[in-house]
Amino acid sequence: MNKVWLIIQREFLIRVKKKSFLIATIVVPLIIPAVIGGLIYIMMKEAESAKADTVMVVDESGQFSLDSTKNTKRFHFVALPMKLEQAKKTYNETKDFALLYVPVFDLNRPEGLVIYTQENPSIEKISDLESILEERVRDLKLQEFKIDKEVLKNLKTSINLKQINLTDTGEEKSSNSGILYGMGFALGIMIYIFVLVYGIQIMQGVIDEKTSKVVEVIVSSVKPFQLMLGKIVGIAAVGVLQFLIWIVLISFLSTGVLGYFGLKMPQKQMMEEVSKKIKDEDVKQVVQQQQVQSNVKINELLKNASEIPFAKIAFVFVFYFLGGYLLYGALFAAVGSAVESMQESQQFQFPITLPLLIGYLGLFMFILRDPHGSVSFWLSIIPFTSPVAMVGRIAFDVPGWQLALSMLMLVGGFIFTTWIAGRIYRVGILMTGTKVNWKVMVKWFMLRE
Amino acid sequence: MEALLATNVSKRYAQHTALDKVSITIPEKTIFGLLGPNGAGKTTLIRIINQIINRDEGEIIIFGEKLKPGHVEQIGYLPEERGLYKKMKVGDQLLYLAQLKGLSRKEALARIKVWLEKFEIKDWWNKKVEDLSKGMAQKVQFISTVLHEPKLIILDEPFSGFDPVNAQLVTEKILELKANGSTIIFSTHRMETVESLCDHIALINKSKKILEGAKKQVKEQYRSNTFIVEHRGNQFALPAEKYELKKQVIIEDGLHASTIQTKGGIKGNQLIRELIDLTEVFSFQEQLPSMADIFVSLVKNEGNEVIKKHLQEA
Repeated sequence: MNKVWLIIQREFLIRVKKKSFLIATIVVPLIIPAVIGGLIYIMMKEAESAKADTVMVVDESGQFSLDSTKNTKRFHFVALPMKLEQAKKTYNETKDFALLYVPVFDLNRPEGLVIYTQENPSIEKISDLESILEERVRDLKLQEFKIDKEVLKNLKTSINLKQINLTDTGEEKSSNSGILYGMGFALGIMIYIFVLVYGIQIMQGVIDEKTSKVVEVIVSSVKPFQLMLGKIVGIAAVGVLQFLIWIVLISFLSTGVLGYFGLKMPQKQMMEEVSKKIKDEDVKQVVQQQQVQSNVKINELLKNASEIPFAKIAFVFVFYFLGGYLLYGALFAAVGSAVESMQESQQFQFPITLPLLIGYLGLFMFILRDPHGSVSFWLSIIPFTSPVAMVGRIAFDVPGWQLALSMLMLVGGFIFTTWIAGRIYRVGILMTGTKVNWKVMVKWFMLRE
Repeated sequence: MEALLATNVSKRYAQHTALDKVSITIPEKTIFGLLGPNGAGKTTLIRIINQIINRDEGEIIIFGEKLKPGHVEQIGYLPEERGLYKKMKVGDQLLYLAQLKGLSRKEALARIKVWLEKFEIKDWWNKKVEDLSKGMAQKVQFISTVLHEPKLIILDEPFSGFDPVNAQLVTEKILELKANGSTIIFSTHRMETVESLCDHIALINKSKKILEGAKKQVKEQYRSNTFIVEHRGNQFALPAEKYELKKQVIIEDGLHASTIQTKGGIKGNQLIRELIDLTEVFSFQEQLPSMADIFVSLVKNEGNEVIKKHLQEA
């Protein structure tokens, strides 16, 4: 055991001391906040350009009454009480979007409406404007048919679906698939990348030892299985350390970046907005109403977020993170022992990572869409796909027995792959100059001790 | 006590037998030459002793105990295919390998210093192995083999890659280790090494041991009753039914060297007696076979037998 510890130390230290580790560990956290910052910048620019356009209106018919009370998100209307010719002049002196001319018209055949612009407007904007006008015409027609204004008002309804999960015990739980989706997506991908990147590092390490022939000296001191185990665990430690540093640096830097744009980390933002609600009482009626409405939403979001069992998810993530890595790491070690170059390893890499890829695809195709379907269930139980699948699924309230079964299967799974890999590894590391294929590996596996 | 006692050790693979009931006895504090052509099974035997692979049958006893995992700390192994971690520094590398053999960090550090001084390479501590020449790396690897002061040292072709000066240096260290009580196994093709260093030998050919014993005894066993006589004058007639004149060369004016083989177990003394009456004898010496001769003749004969067998079967 003491010797395995020595091997773990060496594998850990040589990697952590490398310049490439330092660079990757520092650069990646810089990239992510930079990307976030970039996205926010673009979004802000976008929001600026999406500012409502001012449309001047000359309404000779007097029927449209398009003025500031009819403003929409995209258009602000300014009624010009003057003749068209004069309005044109006024318009030309401004940088406003358009000048709308409404002549006297027949409600049944509205014709002669003209829009004057300084630049070529996008088709989208024009059709938006058209639909506003069409709606006005419709309203006017409804008025003509003597439909009450109140009735008219009541015709418009806004619906906001509230999501509630019914548990087996009949208890009601609000849910928010948005958060869950995002979480499942991010965690699943993280596991997929981690297993691949570090699995390949194991393979590279084994190949290096084999081709530099140092392995014969090492296995004259320790059992091949100890060497393999030490390497796998040592590299896992490198990965965990790197992830921890990333998480700390990324959250630190992201807070900084968001702060620069006057935003807050999502959780903080929610908290503060809720507390603001109370102070908002003296704000104007309309604003307050809007605020209350949005605050109800945020409040709900916050409530839902607090109902997501973060501690459980974090535990499950770490468990599958390590379990998946150990399961595939052993297979990568076996492949490394059999080949003599990275190139030669290609033919084996794809087949062993195929189940992982299936789990990854399953994440998008099944789990995030239908987390409790039978495909999702099986993907999250079978140990080869469960590291990605279960972590993607866990946010969606997986029944306890399924989680327990899946974890048990994963532990069994990595013991199984480690056993297989160990048998191939012990023979493979001492074999040079053999053309290796699957049949040869099976033969090695079958060789008795 | 024997350093190593192997009894009927066999190792079989699907297609071939790597070792077939090999038994050898290696006395303590000797240098033992493990000889044999390529592919004979030497490396398999060495790997079995190092517990890198397992034997299928047979027993191995090391210093009176059955071979067990703990024994690896008493064995130092220099494989034929040398290898170190290329990116690791010399000092770190030696420290790591010594700790794997069970030395404490402190102890290992002290011994590494001593050995680096012995080889006059103290300033290599921080050099990476990939920056060393092949010969330099060999020195480092030799040190790693003996750092933990193993009682049994297995050296596979220890002199390959060394220039004559360093080969001499390594030879001295090996003799020093032997004097300090270590037992050394040489696996080699170099017969001059065997002649000058080995006390005992075993010859393995085609997975079987075909010869074993103290070097002197082996030579005795393979003596061919051949003598070299230096004498003046080339004319003498030995009775042809008792002696055969194999070769005669002129050394200098009037001085000849004749190679004579006796027949029917006639001893050297009798030959001298008869020669004295016939010619003026300057020197008389038995021609013992060299290890190379024994090696080649045994391995060839085996080959011949195999060919014969094949011919017979055909």
